[in-house]
Formats: sequence, C-alpha cells, structure tokens
Amino acid sequence: MYWEPERECMDREELRQLQLEQLQATLSRVYLNVPFYRRKFDELGIDPDEFRSLDDIRRLPFTTKNDLRDNYPYGLFAVPLREVVRIHASSGTTGMSTVVGYTKNDIKTWSNLVARVLTAGGVTKDDVIQIAFGYSLFTGGFGLHYGAERLGASVIPISSGNTARQIKIMQDFKTTALVCTPSYALLIADTIQEMGINMNSLSLRYGLFGAEPWSEKMRKEIQDKLRIIATDNYGLSEVMGPGVAGECTERNGLHMNEDHFIFEIINPETLEPVAPGEVGELVITTLTKEAFPVIRFRTRDLTRFIPEPCPCGRKTMRMQRVMGRTDDMLIIRGVNVFPTQIENVLMSIEGTEPHYQIVVDRKGALDEVTVMVEVSESIFFDEMKKQAQLVDAIKKRLASELSISVNVKLVEKKTIERTEGKAKRVIDNRKI
Amino acid sequence: MLRIRNLESGYGSLKVLRHISIHVSAGEIVAIIGANGAGKTTLLKTIAGLIRPLSGEMLFEKNDMMRLSPENIVSSGCSLVPEGRQVFAPMTVKENLLLGACVQFKRNRKDEIAEDIEKVFGMFPRLKEREAQLAGTLSGGEQQMLAIGRALMARPKLIMMDEPSMGLAPLIVKDIFAIIKKLRDEGNTVLLVEQNAKAALAIADRGYVIETGRIVLEETAEELLSNRDVQRAYLGRDVDAETKI
Repeated sequence: MYWEPERECMDREELRQLQLEQLQATLSRVYLNVPFYRRKFDELGIDPDEFRSLDDIRRLPFTTKNDLRDNYPYGLFAVPLREVVRIHASSGTTGMSTVVGYTKNDIKTWSNLVARVLTAGGVTKDDVIQIAFGYSLFTGGFGLHYGAERLGASVIPISSGNTARQIKIMQDFKTTALVCTPSYALLIADTIQEMGINMNSLSLRYGLFGAEPWSEKMRKEIQDKLRIIATDNYGLSEVMGPGVAGECTERNGLHMNEDHFIFEIINPETLEPVAPGEVGELVITTLTKEAFPVIRFRTRDLTRFIPEPCPCGRKTMRMQRVMGRTDDMLIIRGVNVFPTQIENVLMSIEGTEPHYQIVVDRKGALDEVTVMVEVSESIFFDEMKKQAQLVDAIKKRLASELSISVNVKLVEKKTIERTEGKAKRVIDNRKI
Repeated sequence: MLRIRNLESGYGSLKVLRHISIHVSAGEIVAIIGANGAGKTTLLKTIAGLIRPLSGEMLFEKNDMMRLSPENIVSSGCSLVPEGRQVFAPMTVKENLLLGACVQFKRNRKDEIAEDIEKVFGMFPRLKEREAQLAGTLSGGEQQMLAIGRALMARPKLIMMDEPSMGLAPLIVKDIFAIIKKLRDEGNTVLLVEQNAKAALAIADRGYVIETGRIVLEETAEELLSNRDVQRAYLGRDVDAETKI
C-alpha cells in the first residue's frame, strides 16, 4: 500500500530532476529571505545562480543546531511571522531551545508525509490510532496527529503518560494502531501483562515507533508481547518533525522522503561524503519547507544508506535505523537531553561543586536518570533536612529545564572519579 | 516529457533567464506564473526555438532540443500558441488552420488534415461558423480559439500557451480556460504561461513561480494558491490589510 505511489515509486532520474528544481528554488528563496544564509553564502562566495547540479550541494555550508540557537527564536524563518500558523521547539544545549515554524502549506506537506509513513507502516483509514506522544512543543504528538487525520484514520489524541488509562482506552476504544516511543510501547506491554489482561481482548495490529533509538531485539520483544507489526520512523523538529523517513512493513530500513528532502551521509570528521553503504552522519536539506527551510542540517545522527532496492516497490532510498549520535545528546524517554543543560542547572545552585555524573539506566522499559553531584562538606555535617531541601531544589530545577523528572543524589567531595582529560560525565547503562 | 535544466537565455547581451530548471510530465497542465518581465515569455520562446538559449539542457521526450530550429521543434511535437494570438489577419479562418498543418503537409498526411480541421471545428463550433471569414475580423476570444486550433493542427504532444487570457473579457477568459482544461482531459499536455495566476492555477496541476529569471517556487497548483506570497504578489489579495483588522 502506498499513499502517493507517483512520488514514492518515482523513477530515480525524474526524482533527481525534481530535486534539482526544488533545490534551486529553495536556494533562491533562502538567499532572498533569510539574512543568515545570505551572509553565509556571500562569505563563501556562493552564488545561488551558479548552482547547476545536485552534486553542487557539497559546496554549500552546513547548518548546525548552534546556528539555530544563535538565531533564537525566529531568525531563520523565511517568511514573516504572520504567515506562520504553528510553532514548535526542541531542547537545545544551553537551555535555549531551537524554534521552528510552519506555514499553512508546511502543515499540509507535513501531514501528507506523515500519512505516507503511516501507510508504509500498514495503517489505513480504517484504523483507530492511539497517539501516546506528548502534545506539546515537541513535534511528535501533533505531527502524527495531523498525519493520521490526513490519512483518514480515527485518531485518539491521548498524549503521553498514565499507562493504566492508555490500556483501558486501548481496550475500550478498540485501538488498532499505537504510536509512541519504543520504550513506552514496552512499558505498556509489560503493564498489560502485570495487569493480567488477555492480549486477545485488544485489537492492536500495528505500532509506529520513533523519537528515540531502539534495536532489533527491542522490536522483536515489542512485536511478540503486543502481537503487532512494529515499524520505525524518523524525524527531527529542525527539519520538520516525524515524516522525514519511515519503514515499510518489510521492516528493513526507513524509506526517506526524497521528494521533500535531500539526504547526505558524511564523515563527521572530514565532512566529506562516505562511500555508499558506509556509516556516517546524516545531513538533511529541505526542498519544500516554506517557513523554516534548512540547508545541509547536521543531524548528529549516525546511520547508513541501504542502496539495495526494497521488495515493497518504493524507489526511495532507505536508511538504516539510527545507530547513535556524534555528540553527547542523550535521548531519555523520547526527550533530548544535553549534559550541558544539567551542568548549567547545577552551576546555578549554591552549595554544589562542579563535579557531577549522569547515570542512565533502563528500569524495565523506562529510562531512569540519576544525577550524582558533589556538594561541599559543610552540607554533609548539616542536618538531614537541609540536604533534603537541596535535593528537592535541584530536582525541581532540572525537571523544569529538561521537562523530564530525574533522581538526584548528593555525594561527598572527591567521590566522583576524576579522569585525566575529558571528564566522563555520562554513564549510560542502557542496553537497548 | 519536457525536461529543462539550468537554461540560460536572453536577448543579445541581456540575460533574462538565469538558470531555469523545470519539467512537464505527460498529461499535466503546468502553469508558470510571475510578474511582467520575469522571463515567462522568454522561457516559452526559448523552448519553441524562437530564441537561442545561451546554455543549459532541454530534452523533449529524451531528444535534445537545444539546437533544433523552430520548425523542427514543432514537428517533434511541441507547439506554441503565441502571446497576443498572432493569427494571420488577412487570411480566412480555414487558411489559418491549414497553415498550422504544414507539418502534417510535409509528412504527406494530407488525408489527416481534413480530419483535424473537423476536429478543431468540433471543439470550436464558433470557428466552423466563421470558416471563410477573415481572421482579422474575429473577436479577441475567437482569435484565441483560432490560435489554439492552429497549434492543434500540428498534432502536438505538448501545447505551450503564452498569456491566453490577455486582453480578453472575463467571461471569454473563463471559456478559454475551460478549453485548456478540456484539452488536458482529452490527454494533451499543456505548459501555460499566465499573468492571471488565479485562473491559471485553478486549472493547473502544478506550477512554478518565476521571479527575475529564477524559479523561486515549485509546488502543486493547490499549494501555490494557498501560499501567501503568491496570494499577495499574484492573486491580488491584500494579505497585509486583512491581518490588520
């Protein structure tokens, strides 16, 4: 089943023509409308008029999350704000989030691409789809919601959390497709077992999971426990949100929506393209975004192209599920967390030392974060109450900064292992 | 069907088209919209071979047309309905149509010519009624029909139209666009250049926006119609005034 067969199964040569046309138009527009890109192009002596082939994309400068942050909030928008109908944001490294906007057309395109990914994952308009992603500044909830409506499915916008209620609704509303993070799907599966619910009382058939890395082992576990076909999908708010790429039911790599984005995989050290099939950092250029086009955005996600054709008949290139990051960003329960965010909070609280460690575990299906922080000796001699107050204060600040709850543990000075050179700030014990 | 990459063209030393890349697939109406002087007519004239391109690639059904003469472009299946109709005023309607059939004539398909004239008359009964009338005495709308009919006589695979609504009364414009849509529905492919963006996008499948010789947007016609930049610049909608209320 295809959503847009004329695009998904498009002849490669025709696709390249379309990409070239759209890229030239995009470059003309960003040069005209976004001072950041005009400055950058001028500095590098790039004339958008001289852009003649898709290979010329390699001459264009990269855009990074830092560029987005430096232009906070609206600096990279290519249209006036009055034409923007939606604003989303994602976490940034220093507490400043990165803000993205959508025009009416962008929302239409986005919905369409999500409908495409849903269709590839087996969902049709006859499905009842439960969206257990957060409905917030995060693109996951609204992105999937609009796409599922575009598809014509019956959408349950339950948002994230309250697992018992999720399961009750799943039973009562006869949910056939579940959308959430893979770890939350596992938690739901485990909770169903704990509650002693007969799996036969559920109508689930498909699961579309994303927003965090997962493994084949996890897929197998989710599929066995929930008795569904589980597919992976990929997106990031800086580029659009969900709908950038998604697996078909072959479940062997994610089809990339190449008629709306140009995908490159580069060596993060040399910044040169890797050989086809080799692992590198994914770089994405938008071709049809109106409000927030990005040129060569470095996703920091590691993956590789799968050049072989897919038996499903789609001609779009596939990428392997994301294999890791080139920076220190952690994905905790679907939320992006940078260690520097935690550091900034700790630095701003009196009584803490600049030594800390972040320990990430997976308890059952859920990620758990413990921040160990050294405190001045005086506090340890003080009464317990003061210690508890400090822990509470740090917890609250971290929760508001990261939008997830974390555990905080105070430790005595010099108990956190000192290393020569770069401190080991993060211990990730998760086995995904 | 038609694929153009990095086309540069202009008049003498004046470069009008910077680097145009567009394509037209079989069975679609593609609209090119843009302001006066943006390069729309130059683009069509270049495709039709009336202006020599400076550089780039033009493939029509996989054949290179960069160096083809206008008559060879017509016989390869690409006809132009020129801006301002340009019918031969002192000749009759039928003679004008016969002139459009010179390709068929050269191919020695004289038997088909009569058949084609009947087809054109079937499509435009008004022309049939005025078969022997001098083209110069026709109304603007009738002349436009004649220009389209003349282009059809070459049995084109791609029909290019330059400002078909120009100088016509709104009611006639409606008729002309209905005809273009009908042409597409009958399996023809149309590349349409128009200042009347609203009417063009209403019947088109896809569109390009051209500004100072560059393509700045490629989208479905529906998306272009809801693009606020397009609305402001080409659809005469005062978006700024609306938001103030």
